[in-house]
Amino acid sequence: MRKEVLFSGFGGQGVILASVILGRAAAVYENLYAVQTQSYGPESRGGASRAEVVISDEPIDYPKAITPDYAVFFSQEAYTKFLHTVKEGATVIVEKDLVPHRDPEFEKRLNVIALPLTEIAEETTGLSLTMNILTLGILVGVTGIVGRESIEKAVRDAVPHGTEEINLRALRRGFELAEKLKP
Amino acid sequence: MMYLKSSYSIRDKYLRRDMLPTIFCPGCGIGSVLQFTLRAIDDLGLSQDEIVWVSGIGCSSRVPGYVNFDGLHTTHGRALAFATGIKLANPDLKIIAFMGDGDSAAIGGNHLIHAIRRNLDVTAIIINNFTYGMTGGQVAPTTLKGLRGTTAPYGQFENPFDIAQLAVTAGANYAARWTVFNYLQGINSIKKALQKEGFTLVEFLSPCPVSFGRRNRMKTAPELIRWYQKITVPLAKAKKMKPEELEGKVVIGEFADRDRPGLVREYREYIKRAKKMMGWEQ
Amino acid sequence: MRYPFPVGRSDFIQGDEAVARAAILAGCRFYAGYPITPASEIFEAMALYMPLVDGVSIQMEDEIGSIAAVIGASWAGAKAMTATSGPGFSLMQENLGYAVMTETPIVVVNMMRGGPSTGQPTFPAQGDLMQAIWGTHGDHMLIVLSPSTVQEAFDLTIRAFNLAEKYRTPVVILGDAELAHMRERVYIPNPDEIEVVERKLPANEDEAKLPFGDPHGDGVPPMPIFGRGYRTYVTGLTHDESGHPRTVEPEVQQKLIGRIFRKILDHKDEIISYETFELDDAEIAIVSTGIVSRSAIRAVKMLRERGVRAGLLKLSTVWPFDFEVIEELAEQVRKIYVPEMNLGQLYHLVREGANGKAEVELIAKIGGEVHTPMEIMERVVG
Repeated sequence: MRKEVLFSGFGGQGVILASVILGRAAAVYENLYAVQTQSYGPESRGGASRAEVVISDEPIDYPKAITPDYAVFFSQEAYTKFLHTVKEGATVIVEKDLVPHRDPEFEKRLNVIALPLTEIAEETTGLSLTMNILTLGILVGVTGIVGRESIEKAVRDAVPHGTEEINLRALRRGFELAEKLKP
Repeated sequence: MMYLKSSYSIRDKYLRRDMLPTIFCPGCGIGSVLQFTLRAIDDLGLSQDEIVWVSGIGCSSRVPGYVNFDGLHTTHGRALAFATGIKLANPDLKIIAFMGDGDSAAIGGNHLIHAIRRNLDVTAIIINNFTYGMTGGQVAPTTLKGLRGTTAPYGQFENPFDIAQLAVTAGANYAARWTVFNYLQGINSIKKALQKEGFTLVEFLSPCPVSFGRRNRMKTAPELIRWYQKITVPLAKAKKMKPEELEGKVVIGEFADRDRPGLVREYREYIKRAKKMMGWEQ
Repeated sequence: MRYPFPVGRSDFIQGDEAVARAAILAGCRFYAGYPITPASEIFEAMALYMPLVDGVSIQMEDEIGSIAAVIGASWAGAKAMTATSGPGFSLMQENLGYAVMTETPIVVVNMMRGGPSTGQPTFPAQGDLMQAIWGTHGDHMLIVLSPSTVQEAFDLTIRAFNLAEKYRTPVVILGDAELAHMRERVYIPNPDEIEVVERKLPANEDEAKLPFGDPHGDGVPPMPIFGRGYRTYVTGLTHDESGHPRTVEPEVQQKLIGRIFRKILDHKDEIISYETFELDDAEIAIVSTGIVSRSAIRAVKMLRERGVRAGLLKLSTVWPFDFEVIEELAEQVRKIYVPEMNLGQLYHLVREGANGKAEVELIAKIGGEVHTPMEIMERVVG
C-alpha cells in the first residue's frame, strides 16, 4: 500500500512541518514505513516550498512521490506547478483564497476539497499559522491515511513547546470538517 | 640549582638513544631549546608518561621523535589542531606543541590564533629562526624586512608577524619571547608555561646558520647570536622607547601572565550546564 | 548509561541525525566539525548530545582542524568522528592520508553535494566517490561505506566505527544531501542489541614497542594509545615497526604500505557488504550504491512487471571493491547498467570488474535530482 502525499505552498506556511508530522505519525505511531523529503534551496526561504511523504506497509524503495495519491496546495504557484502530477482520483486539498485560478477540467478527475483554510484556522485558534495543522486534520479525517490518535501524538511531539493545545484544537477542527466533507 | 645537572644526564634520561643523532645542522638552536624544555620538565618533576609532544612539519617538528615521551608528529601547521583533540579527549595529559615559525604562523596561523582564543591547555614552544630551514631557506612570515631568503632573494618586502604579541592579543595566559642565548629566562619561562592552565607560549629566536644565516652574511651561530643581541630589546627598555626607535627591533621578555580559565575547565562547566539545562542534573 | 534520545524503539529522523545517534551508540565520544550544508545537522545533533554523555563536541576553525582534532582524540583513546561535505572533504584529504599512514581509527562522513567547488550545496550528488577512495595523495587503503536509507545510515555508522577500530583505519561514510535531510523511520536499538568493537591495545611490553608491527599476523597492530606509559611516537613519515622515521630505505616503505593494504584486503570478505534483489534469474543487472539504489529497486520491480528479467546488486561497501562479485555477475547477465549521480565513477570500477564478460552501460545524471525509476527503466528497455 504505497501512498504518496504532496504538500506544497510557500515558505512560512508550515508545509515542511505538516509533512514531518504526517510521516512521524505513520512511522512512530502506526509502525508503518514512512519517508519525508523536501526541496531545499533558496525557495525554502519564503519562495515555493514543497515536501513529500511516502507511507507504506513495506520498505519504501524510491523515496519521492511519483504520482501523489493526496496533495495539498497552499499557493497558486504550487497549484499551477504540481496539480497535474497527481494521480487520477487523488484527494486534493486547496487553500481556496490563495488559489484563485483553478483548473476545473482537471479537477473533475479528482476529489477536491477547496476551503478558506487560513480563515478557518484563524477563526478556530486565533492564529492563521495553525492552518497547516488544520489541513492535516482534514487530510487524515477524510483519507484515514493514519489514525487520528497517531496524528495527535505526532502533533504533540513536533510543534513548539507550549503550543500543543492550540495546534490540537486546529487539528480537531480539521477532523470535524472532514466528517462533513465525507461522501 | 638546575644547571648542576649535566647535559648528559638530561640526555640519558629523556632522549631516545635509538633515534640519535638528530637531523639538526651544526649551530642549529633547536637542540638548545629542546634542552631548556627538558630541564624545565625535569626541574618540575613532571612524569614522562603524562606529557605528549605534538608537532607539525619542519626541523623543529622532528623533536617529538627524539624525546622518550608519547609524541605525535603530524602534518604541516596542524599541530595545535591535533593537540585540541588529544587534550579534550584526555585532559589528564599535558601537551607540549613544539613548532617552527613557518609551521605555526604561516600554514598553521589560523590554528594558532584559534587555539589561543579557546585558551586550549597547551604549552607552545616556538622556534623562530626567521626561515624555512628544512626546505632550504625560504622566507617565513617572521622574516624581518630586508632579510634574504630563497623566495625573496632581493630581501623580504613583507611585514613580519610578531608571534608572541599575536598570542597576547588572541588571549594567551602566558606569552614570552627570548633568544636561545637567554637560557636562564628561557628555562624559567617554560617552567612557568608548563605550570599554567590555558594556552601558554614561549618563543625563541633560534639560529639557523645553514639556511638563514648563510644568506644574510651570518654564516655561524655566534654571528647570529651577536646579531640577536643587536636587534633585541628587553621589554622594560622597550617601554621607554619611541616606536621609530623600535623599528627593526625584536622585543624580548614576558608579555602576558594571567589566569583565565582554560578550555578544559570551560568545557567541564559546559557539560554541567548542558546537564542542568536538560534536567539531567540539579 | 542514559542516552539523550530514545532507544529500543523506532523514530522518524533525518539521515544526519541517524548518523549522530549511531555514533554515540557505537561509543563515539569525540566530535569535531565545521558547519557545512548538508552535514551541519550531524554536528548540531552531536553538539546537543555529546555533553550529556560526557563526550566532546567542538567547532574547529576549519575542516583541516576538524579531522586533525579527531585523529588526536583517537590517539588519546577516544572513538572520534567528523562530518562534512565536498568542500570540507577536499580540505580533509591531507589528514585523511595521515590517518591512513598512522593507522588511526576515525570515522569521516561526507554527505555529498553537487560539485566541484561550492557547486550545489543543497542538492545530492555522488561525485566524490573516487575522491573518497583516492583523494589523498600516495598509495593508500581505507574503507568507504555508502548507505541508501536512513536506517542504513544508522547501521553503517555503527559498522564504520567497528571496522575503524578493528582494522585501525579511517573509514569514510559517503552519504548525500538527499539522505542527509530525508526523514525516515529508523529503529534505534537498545545498546545491548548492538555489537560494538573496541580497538586492540598492546597485551604486553613487546607489543607496545611495535606500534606499527604485526604481532598477531592479521596486519593490524595493537594501538598503544597516549597516556598509558607506552611512550609511543607517531609520525606521518615512512616509519618502521617501532614508529621510527625511515624515509630512505625502499623496503621500509614497501613493508609499511604493503601491510596497510594487506590488513584491509586480506579481510575484504568481512569488510565488503552488498545486497542483491531479484538477481537469481536476472539477465539484466543494475549495480548501484547509495541513494540511487532506491530508484534502482523500483526500476527492477517495474521491469519485472514488463517481463524483463532484471535484478540489482546494491553495494554498501564501495571500497575495498568486490571485483570478483562483479565478474561473476557479468558471467551471468547480458548487460549491466550503472546508474549514478555523476558522469561516471562507479561505472569504471564495475567495468573493470566485468572484465569484458558483459556490456556495462553508465546511466549518468547530474544536476541535483536522484534518478527516477522511470529514467532507469527507460534506459534498460530502450
